[in-house]
Amino acid sequence: MKIDNSLPLEYSTDQNQLNILGFWIFLGAEIMLFGTLFASYFTLVDRTGAGPAGAEIFEITPVLIETLLLLTSSFTIGLAVHAMRLANKKATMAFIGITLLLGLAFLGVEIYEFVHYVHIGAGLQTSAFTAILLTTLGTHGAHVTFGLFWGTFILLQIKKRGLTPETGNKSFIFSLYWHFLDVVWIFIFSFVYLKGMM
Amino acid sequence: MKLKWALLAVFFTITTVLTGCEPLLVLDPKGPQAERQANDIMLSIGIMSFIVIAVLAILTYMLIKYRASKQSEDYEPPHIEGNPIVEAICVGIPVIIVIFLSIVSVKSNYIVEATPQGYEDQEPLVIYASSSNWKWHFSYPEEDIETVNYLYIPTDRPLEFKLYSYGPITSFWIPQLGGQKYAMADMVTTLHLAAEVPGEYMGRNANFSGEGFAENAFNVKAVPPAEFDEWVEEVKETASPLTEEKFNELLEPGHLGQSTYTGTHLEFSPAPEHNHGSSEQDEHSTDEHHESGHSEHDDEHSQH
Amino acid sequence: MEFFERFAVPHPSPAIYASMVAIGLTVIAIIAGLTYFKKWGYLWREWLTTVDHKRIAIMYLISALLMLFRGGADAILMRAQLAVPDNKMLDAQHYNEIFTTHGVVMIMFMAMPFVFAFMNYLIPLQIGARDVAFPRLNAISFWLFFAGAMLFNISFVVGGSPDAGWTSYFPLAGNDFSTSVGTNYYMIALQISGLGTLMTGINMITTIFKMRAPGMTLMKMPMFTWSSLIANVIIVFAFPVLTVALAMGTMDRLFGTNFFTTSNGGMDMLWANLFWVWGHPEVYILILPAFGLYSEIIATFSGRNLYGYKSMVASMVLISLLSFLVWTHHFFTMGQGALTNSIFSITTMAIAVPTGVKIFNWLFTLWKGKIRFTVPMLYSLGFIPLFTVGGVTGVMLAMSAADYQYHNTMFLVAHFHNTIIPGVVFAMLAGFTYYWPKMFGFMLNEKIGKWTFWMLTVGFVLAFFPMYISGLDGQARRMYTYSEAAGFSMLNMLSFVGAAVMAFGFVLIVYNIYYSVRYSPRNIGANPWNARSLEWATHTPVPEYNFAITPNVASSEALRDVKNGHDLFPGKYEKIHMPNNSGLPFIMGVIFFVWGFSFVFAMWIPLIIATIGIFACMGYRSAEKDHGRYISVKEIEDTETKLRGA
Ligand code: HEM
Ligand SMILES: [Cu+2]
Repeated sequence: MKIDNSLPLEYSTDQNQLNILGFWIFLGAEIMLFGTLFASYFTLVDRTGAGPAGAEIFEITPVLIETLLLLTSSFTIGLAVHAMRLANKKATMAFIGITLLLGLAFLGVEIYEFVHYVHIGAGLQTSAFTAILLTTLGTHGAHVTFGLFWGTFILLQIKKRGLTPETGNKSFIFSLYWHFLDVVWIFIFSFVYLKGMM
Repeated sequence: MKLKWALLAVFFTITTVLTGCEPLLVLDPKGPQAERQANDIMLSIGIMSFIVIAVLAILTYMLIKYRASKQSEDYEPPHIEGNPIVEAICVGIPVIIVIFLSIVSVKSNYIVEATPQGYEDQEPLVIYASSSNWKWHFSYPEEDIETVNYLYIPTDRPLEFKLYSYGPITSFWIPQLGGQKYAMADMVTTLHLAAEVPGEYMGRNANFSGEGFAENAFNVKAVPPAEFDEWVEEVKETASPLTEEKFNELLEPGHLGQSTYTGTHLEFSPAPEHNHGSSEQDEHSTDEHHESGHSEHDDEHSQH
Repeated sequence: MEFFERFAVPHPSPAIYASMVAIGLTVIAIIAGLTYFKKWGYLWREWLTTVDHKRIAIMYLISALLMLFRGGADAILMRAQLAVPDNKMLDAQHYNEIFTTHGVVMIMFMAMPFVFAFMNYLIPLQIGARDVAFPRLNAISFWLFFAGAMLFNISFVVGGSPDAGWTSYFPLAGNDFSTSVGTNYYMIALQISGLGTLMTGINMITTIFKMRAPGMTLMKMPMFTWSSLIANVIIVFAFPVLTVALAMGTMDRLFGTNFFTTSNGGMDMLWANLFWVWGHPEVYILILPAFGLYSEIIATFSGRNLYGYKSMVASMVLISLLSFLVWTHHFFTMGQGALTNSIFSITTMAIAVPTGVKIFNWLFTLWKGKIRFTVPMLYSLGFIPLFTVGGVTGVMLAMSAADYQYHNTMFLVAHFHNTIIPGVVFAMLAGFTYYWPKMFGFMLNEKIGKWTFWMLTVGFVLAFFPMYISGLDGQARRMYTYSEAAGFSMLNMLSFVGAAVMAFGFVLIVYNIYYSVRYSPRNIGANPWNARSLEWATHTPVPEYNFAITPNVASSEALRDVKNGHDLFPGKYEKIHMPNNSGLPFIMGVIFFVWGFSFVFAMWIPLIIATIGIFACMGYRSAEKDHGRYISVKEIEDTETKLRGA
């Protein structure tokens, strides 16, 4: 394994560079995935059947909390990558840890939100609108959940193996993923919630 | 190579013999819309044959002239990069053809999506054609009668079919009067036809809709207007009324013969609300509709 | 008992029972054979756990051929049923299942793996790399594809096949009208193999962008690699759309949602839109690599460089962009009005322009060449006029007003077979014959190959050209029978004869393999066809590390450069880093199969267990330390002398 020390840790081997490019392409596919969900959402948003419309069920408070949590976590994961580049293992781990905790809190609020929707009669089966709403949110939420497990794994590996080209690479890629989820959330926030409440 | 030509020759004789006896339905139009479509088809077949023949000719020339067996052992083919002029021609000719066909295509679109030309000043006969597994129900709201699996229409009068479905997507098609259009559960589509020649025509569902699809056909009888009025009168005198109960019975999956009723199911089971693709809307409002992006019109029917 | 009833086939027939027995016997025979010849270890070590792109390619190839015969059997049954009017050989339900599985199997499980076989085999060789960017992921892709294919195929004997057409339009495919689990199989099998496809896309793009040998700029890549690059970009952008559509379809069927239903706001047209937003690019995913293969073959057997390299690349880029802007042409008749139809009519016809450019470039590649009529070349030469017919009928279909008459008829069926068979299938057979020596070290018999070509071509014309006519005569597609009075009996009989001739052609391929394995000479050298590009510069058969020394590339025609005195392999041997084999991809494939099967039958507990299993595999992979291994200079020297001697 050739290591090129003139490059940042996450880019320092050939395989690392491949991984990062590959992940960017994967994010391209993810954009299409969420793009399709959004397109379907806009198509079905008025098809509420006998169920409620968005304006009737959206609540601003949990959504704002979620937004705040996720935005902050995007910032902390950025700090984690910064710390990783400075080869500061402790700080890297701490920031990843904070990120995951924020993610967990986000997920908690989102689960509360879902339970609430089902409670007030906006379940998955209610109408085309509720189905696409919960699917779009749920796909994002599932990504966050997956990210929590993934991040925990990386955390454990950094703890055990230190900041190597591999763990550095993994945490960098994880940060890309996490930023991406944040961007998706911003779209959800603006076009699903804000637009829906207006 | 000879074998190939021989086979092609055989093939063409066979097809001409096969098709010589009777004209193909689509190319034997009995109404203005089908005629427009048949003309477009013949025109495009002509242009397309020209392209195919040109390609075949160039190919044959290349193969005869440059095959290895005709060349000396030590002939070394040259290295040739593309030539801008040659390539410009290869782009230019197809572009011209495509532009020409596009113009034809766009014109025809507006023609087949409107009241047939020459009939604009007549009041169209509106018929609601709805499909259920695996039948067709034809409601004549003005005449207040309904038929199952057969259609009676007057000649020389514009027909406006309002299509929808009580089940899977189907497609209403009478080849000799004009092309098909889908019938769907959550919106009404409109198909403009007219018949100019009295006669019996084949009509069917063209879109696969499950087990009984193959038999999902209906008979179309085009008669002069006076005869049509007589038929309506006769139905009104002889047919039994269509009750909701009876209609629900008709909707049960299966095949039925032809039958006739007075009254229509529209009274107790109206067509879906969303209306789409009718001539009035399209001629007058498509522009704003598309420029305004996501008008409510758009939402009914997904991204364009 | 009740638990097992769900696995019964809802519409059994003697043929299905016979197939069950046949499948059972084959499985037993394979297991017994492997045990008797003590090949389990070999199978596991050399194939099931391999991450070598060349072996994965061969596994794709074998799968594709198997699926070709499965889909082909469906095809010949359909044509036999339609050969005479009012035929009672198959009933409507069986006919519907057969055309549905035919379409899905041929597109997803025959054409796609065929294309992947060549991408896997050729891309690293053509760019001078040792393997793809993510060899392990590559193996996972294959096993996901395979799991999906197997899952789809067992639907036939367990629970019932899908019967709503390969397009699976809702509401027909919804619970109300498709009550068996068949459509569940469709949704989930395609989901699993689609996942594999997406990963292949990512893998290949990364490989092509990052792993080219020194000197190989993008514009010096062989044309097949270019075409694959573009096809893979289309994959990455198109497949997520299918993923979403299938997920929504699955939820409608299993979780009672209302995406595509006819009540509670559901919208059947959304499925059609999503399906074709993926579906149209999908046909270009298939045809572009085929174009790439033709470009290689036509150049080789004209003894010349490819004419208009730049315009070839440009036209493919243009096609890939346009392919996302035409999907509505699959439902001009949905009532979206004249304006929308006009727009999509024009974008669709526009695709014909870059396609035409390619046709002319192939024709001009023949110009001043020295044309050898080998089997791969025959396919390529047959392709040119036949595909032109397919293309121009596409333009005819693109005239939306006229399409109201063609849509849903045999005319449409003739069009897409006319593009897919001479376009994709011929390309695959040409590539198969052309690269066979590189893969296996001996040539396929040319004489049998020529017979095959002529049977397929003649059979094709006989089988599909009559459909243009019967379509115009009002024969709708997907009808299981028609009446004598309809007047197209003769045409359908002709189609049946053509299909039978094609079937013989396909059987001849198998015979050719058998014959050539036994009788073909083995001493053929590295470049038996006198080809020009980089993949022919290494030994035959190819050593696992592909090139002992990383090539130094000067143009897209490496071997011509060598002839002109270019030093393709400068330097001396160095140890080579290679990835380790792994059983994980195969195990994940098995777990995905179980996952899919549980999902199809809504068995939630096994589904959850399988899901955990999948994540456990991923977790294991993440924690695993695997730095691959090195091939020493000594080993390389030994291999090289041996291969050179041979
Ligand atoms: C010049 C290029 C082409 C044009 C203009 C074109 C045009 C069209 C149009 C307008 C349709 C829809 C017709 C209808 O449903 O009524 C269609 C269907 C289709 N085409 Fe093409 N096409 C072209 C090339 C291809 C190629 C290269 C392939 C495959 C490799 C292909 C495969 C198909 C398939 C599979 C369908 C429909 C399948 C179905 O409905 O089940 N086409 N084409
Ligand atoms: Cu298409």
